[in-house]
Amino acid sequence: MTRRQLIVLAVLLLVAVALPFAVSNYRTFQFTLVLVYAIALLGLNMLTGYNGQISLGHGAFYAIGAYVTAILMDKFGVPYWLTLPVCGAVCLLVGFLFGLPALRLEGLYLALATFALGVSLPQLLKYHQFEKWTGGVQGIVIQKPEAPFGLPLKPDQWLYFFTLAVALVMFALAWNLLRGRVGRAMVAIRDNHVAAEAMGVNNSIYKSLTFGVSAMYTGVAGGLSAIAVQFVAPDSFDIFLSIKFLIGIVIGGLASIPGAIFGALFLQFVPNVADEISKAAPWAIFGLFLLAFVYVMPMGISGAIQMGLARLARKRQNT
Amino acid sequence: MDAFIHQVLAGLATGGIYASLALALVMIYQATHLVNFAQGEMAMFATYIAWTLVDAGVPYWGAFFITVAFAFVFGIVIERVVIRPVENAPVLAVVVVFIALLVILNSVTGWIYTYTIKTFPSPFPKEIGLGRFMSPHEVGAIGVTMVVLVLLYVFFRFTPLGLAMRAAAQNPESSRLVGIRVGWMLALGWGLAAAIGGIAGMMVAPIVYLDPNMMGGVLLYAFAAALVGGIDNPWGAVIGGFLVGVLENVLGAFVIGNELKLAVALVLIIGVLTVKPSGFFGKVHVTRV
Repeated sequence: MTRRQLIVLAVLLLVAVALPFAVSNYRTFQFTLVLVYAIALLGLNMLTGYNGQISLGHGAFYAIGAYVTAILMDKFGVPYWLTLPVCGAVCLLVGFLFGLPALRLEGLYLALATFALGVSLPQLLKYHQFEKWTGGVQGIVIQKPEAPFGLPLKPDQWLYFFTLAVALVMFALAWNLLRGRVGRAMVAIRDNHVAAEAMGVNNSIYKSLTFGVSAMYTGVAGGLSAIAVQFVAPDSFDIFLSIKFLIGIVIGGLASIPGAIFGALFLQFVPNVADEISKAAPWAIFGLFLLAFVYVMPMGISGAIQMGLARLARKRQNT
Repeated sequence: MDAFIHQVLAGLATGGIYASLALALVMIYQATHLVNFAQGEMAMFATYIAWTLVDAGVPYWGAFFITVAFAFVFGIVIERVVIRPVENAPVLAVVVVFIALLVILNSVTGWIYTYTIKTFPSPFPKEIGLGRFMSPHEVGAIGVTMVVLVLLYVFFRFTPLGLAMRAAAQNPESSRLVGIRVGWMLALGWGLAAAIGGIAGMMVAPIVYLDPNMMGGVLLYAFAAALVGGIDNPWGAVIGGFLVGVLENVLGAFVIGNELKLAVALVLIIGVLTVKPSGFFGKVHVTRV
């Protein structure tokens, strides 16, 4: 990291820490959701952006994470912060296992298989044999955590800081993973898997591991979302949730870590504005943005910012 | 035994609808090697047009043919305007465009017609029903599917335009050399696929009722059907469609219960893709490194 990047990062962190004291409770809650989305998008971006495996069913891992947290808290009385590692572990395993058959599928077919997973998931969650655990159609209601150690924070503020801490850890880990040997291997497989194999990159292991790690990120985000929303129900995890994640990474920027944050901000705040027009308007606007980005700005918001910065730098050199 | 026969026959009826939609998917796949995720929503949108016409007092079969014509033009316009620019783009970009189409059609329909569930009429008279075995609509839906299949077969087998379309799908470069306008053949293929999808939508709407999300499950079964039959084989898609329809109904009624019907499609899709990606009747694909 250059010095300037460090300064930018420090300023952003300061803003993020000061935010819940400057805005209303409801806005704080919304920013908590932005952080949750950002973690989920980062997970999907590893898989789709860096590794080139298209997933249209990542909502499934988000749902598994959310349900693991809700069931552990509701049925076993596990403290909320302890449920997240379990979410991560469960989703890592499920993602890895789903990734094994997915190894045989290229591009389009993987998209098809994951699409099927995303569409059929709500039905599986409603299945009456699992109702004892999942609460069936009604879902599960959980308690909102209070700030510990007598900290003078409202529950929403505490939740925000908790989520921020988790997000920072997840982003730091992802940054380390992606800039090193593993990240290069992932990108190499995406760009030319035959050449990568010839260079000694084990395609199968890297692809299924990427699937696992990606599912783990999305699962942890799902767990956090359950804690934040205090409620899980099958119908909130339909195919449109998975589509939302895809929209987030395309608009934020594929294969870009800050892109996850831009995408999350977009997903959270654009519908707010659009909701005032009609109930269907947010999705129509999502769709139009998606088309516009594919045609005009395929690198997403973060790509556009990078291009703008590069242009500025060039201009400065010339004068 | 009666219940079993009833389930098999009902499965054939819905299977015919899956077969039509699977056929639409296969047509686009053959020409472009892409799977159209928005096929279901395009069919749904066309069905809403039919509903509007019927609601405005147009007789059913009039509305039917107007809708088919509309869907045909709609498919061509979508190919020309939306799909063309990403013709040579990477798979991810194309998938994203399909998803964008799906989302836009779904929300625009919800915007115009609201998300409340509507009933959709069935045009078939009571007399053609088979008593307790098959409702009139089920018999009629199978009949319509058969007519569509025969018409398509005749079109592709015996007309110059059908031949040109097959040529363009199989070998675009050579086709262009002999004067076939390959781009337009693709657009026509999209139009035909959309028209078939529209018919499937109108046939399934009386069963699942009309709402913007009605095609989600149907599309999944159509995917499963196309894959079981081999995604590049139209006949395979048709057989696959009937097979999936029967399987879905029988398993749903006697083995796993109606709650897990979609899981049948999921298991079929993942199973076929991992064990035998070419399906039962598809060509085995070999790539040279």
